[in-house]
Amino acid sequence: MRFLLDAEQRAFAASLDAMLTAADTPSAVRDWSRGEHAGGRALWSRIAEAGVFALAVPEVYEGLGPRPVELAVAFVELGRHAVPGPLVETVTAAALLAGLPDPGPAKRLLPALATGEATATLAWTAPDAPSTPACTAVGAPHSPPPQPYASPPCAPSGGQPYALDGDVATTRLALTPEGLRLSPGHGPVRPSLDPARRLTLLQPGGELLSPDPPTAQALAHARLVTAAQALGVGEALLGKTVAHVRRRTQFGAPIGSFQAVKHRLADARIALEFARPLLFGAALTMAPADVAAAKVIACEAAYATARTALQLHGAIGYTAEYELSLWLTKARALRTAWGSPQACRAEVLDAGRLSGDRRW
Amino acid sequence: MDLTFSAEEEAFRAEARAWLRAHVPAEPLPSLETEEGFAAHQVWEAELAADRWSVVNWPAAYGGRGAGLVRWLLFEEEYYAAGAPGRVSQNGISLLAPTLFDFGTEEQRARVLPPMASGEVVWAQAWSEPEAGSDLASLTSKAVRTAGGWLLSGQKTWSSRAAFADRAFGLFRSDPDAPRPHQGLTYLMFDLRAPGVTVRPISRLDGRPAFAELFLDEVFVPDEDVIGEPGQGWRIAMSTAGNERGLMLRSPGRFLASADRLRRLWADRGRPEHARDRVADALIGARAYQLFTFAAASRFLEGESIGPESSLNKVFWSEYDIALHETALDLLEADGELADTDWSERYVFSLAGPIYAGTNEIQRDIIAERLLGLPKGRR
Repeated sequence: MRFLLDAEQRAFAASLDAMLTAADTPSAVRDWSRGEHAGGRALWSRIAEAGVFALAVPEVYEGLGPRPVELAVAFVELGRHAVPGPLVETVTAAALLAGLPDPGPAKRLLPALATGEATATLAWTAPDAPSTPACTAVGAPHSPPPQPYASPPCAPSGGQPYALDGDVATTRLALTPEGLRLSPGHGPVRPSLDPARRLTLLQPGGELLSPDPPTAQALAHARLVTAAQALGVGEALLGKTVAHVRRRTQFGAPIGSFQAVKHRLADARIALEFARPLLFGAALTMAPADVAAAKVIACEAAYATARTALQLHGAIGYTAEYELSLWLTKARALRTAWGSPQACRAEVLDAGRLSGDRRW
Repeated sequence: MDLTFSAEEEAFRAEARAWLRAHVPAEPLPSLETEEGFAAHQVWEAELAADRWSVVNWPAAYGGRGAGLVRWLLFEEEYYAAGAPGRVSQNGISLLAPTLFDFGTEEQRARVLPPMASGEVVWAQAWSEPEAGSDLASLTSKAVRTAGGWLLSGQKTWSSRAAFADRAFGLFRSDPDAPRPHQGLTYLMFDLRAPGVTVRPISRLDGRPAFAELFLDEVFVPDEDVIGEPGQGWRIAMSTAGNERGLMLRSPGRFLASADRLRRLWADRGRPEHARDRVADALIGARAYQLFTFAAASRFLEGESIGPESSLNKVFWSEYDIALHETALDLLEADGELADTDWSERYVFSLAGPIYAGTNEIQRDIIAERLLGLPKGRR
């Protein structure tokens, strides 16, 4: 038992952190939010050159993986810098393609994902997803008044899953109970609360890559790297807020000397510090319940930290213009991406146990 | 990153499991906060000690197995999973013993540790005073020099286990003229039955005498019961607060077992929807605490000190413990109100967690100032 990152893993994190710091990532995020992808694509290439996507691709398909621990290390840094794009989806697509019984699609699609020449997105329809009628878009002219207690509820997507950045991704995958398809195209971009996340519906049909894809394995990858990204987002928010409360003076003292302020930040630190071991424990086992536990706790820690960050920055934190907004909005979006808190908790309870339980 | 245990560690776990299966009392012992229960728990400590299971991580010379931190963690998992009794000697084992290992003399260790390991001598802590709680360094109980030792006078309070314990340890002001309150304090051990000591038990919320007030009137303590140098008491008390003691006060095994019990209670009550998320959080929190502890133990074994990070630990487990037991009482519905159940006793015990061993407010101040680097301010 040695539950620590080794020197090489720590150096990998530090090098990604340094690269993303030097790259003026916030400008790339702003551009990406406006649909201008050049800066984000350049960043993507550098992340790929650092080997991040290759970590999800097995060696037989010209990758370095699968290496979930290193993926988690990398995604903490990607979250810390609020890197835009279908990062989680590309890793998940790689896990999905690599696990297909027929190696054909993996041979065709995976090497380009590993090198960063291709990007993937993925729309996932859960087997038990309810069929939900589409709502009229908010603010549409002549829309009927909402029915507050109408059942079943409506969803803007009509219950269809969104694919992140479907307008940018070169490999658009649709995972449904019927199998895995290569989607022929995407619908219009819908705004996310996180402007850097561009949500699209994928067009139905397209080439059937497999009737029997490894859904559970792919979902575990999606949740693991989402959890890692959330942890990085939370750590960035905490760091920025600590810096702010040390600088900001009111009543003749830095507001960070006030106990009410300190205790909120201490709680944020506690939440993040206990999410981290769940993340790396899950990366070691990749058991679905472990990953679900890491996902819900990391995302809740990040979100709680976002609330604290917003409160302690005061009004400046509530502006879109201030850079903090890039992380604040992402913390909210990641909470429900790839499994809501309740879905993740249900996964834990259905399994009835997590790894490390000595009953087995 | 590696969460597998060696064959030797797994064999140790199996040995502990087998011993506990054969020895853990079938019926729970009476509450250790009663005279009868206290005595029954001392008998249990003796049974543990007879086969060297009471202090597995101590050196063999003092009654342990020299098992090390990882095996201790495995032992604790087995111990609480087996439903074994609470540890009446916890204060001595997790607070005084680490101090003696770091600052005591060989003579003190040889004299104090074996009867602590066997449960023959049970220790209480004597830190707080009526006017010195979170601001412990403002304490005024004094130690006055006399021939061959010290005379202790003053009042200590909230002294856990002191209603029935044999001896106590704590800080006393030996130099009233020291320039700062943290200076001039001495760490001493004393006999709760010595002339001049009056023990007045205090009932906690459920009426059981879980702690006591101590009135001291020129109680003689020989020099051999001073730990470290006189005047260095604060440094000695605080230096062990930050190292492995932060890890060992509450082991993950305890919470893994509690979470499992809660999961079974939830299942027995028909898996009610209203408690779903809270039961999941209990399972997840126990795993988080286990893994956090494995990470801290790994760092400790590589020679790093844990330091103020033990404050993260303390806030986490104390709040976790209350949430878990609140969920259990809610699941029990009307029966959750009963005072004489195992769940309610554990609930009452959990309520003290955020208060003792440094309140959670003090812990959050430590996190903010020493881990986050925020400026000191008014408390």
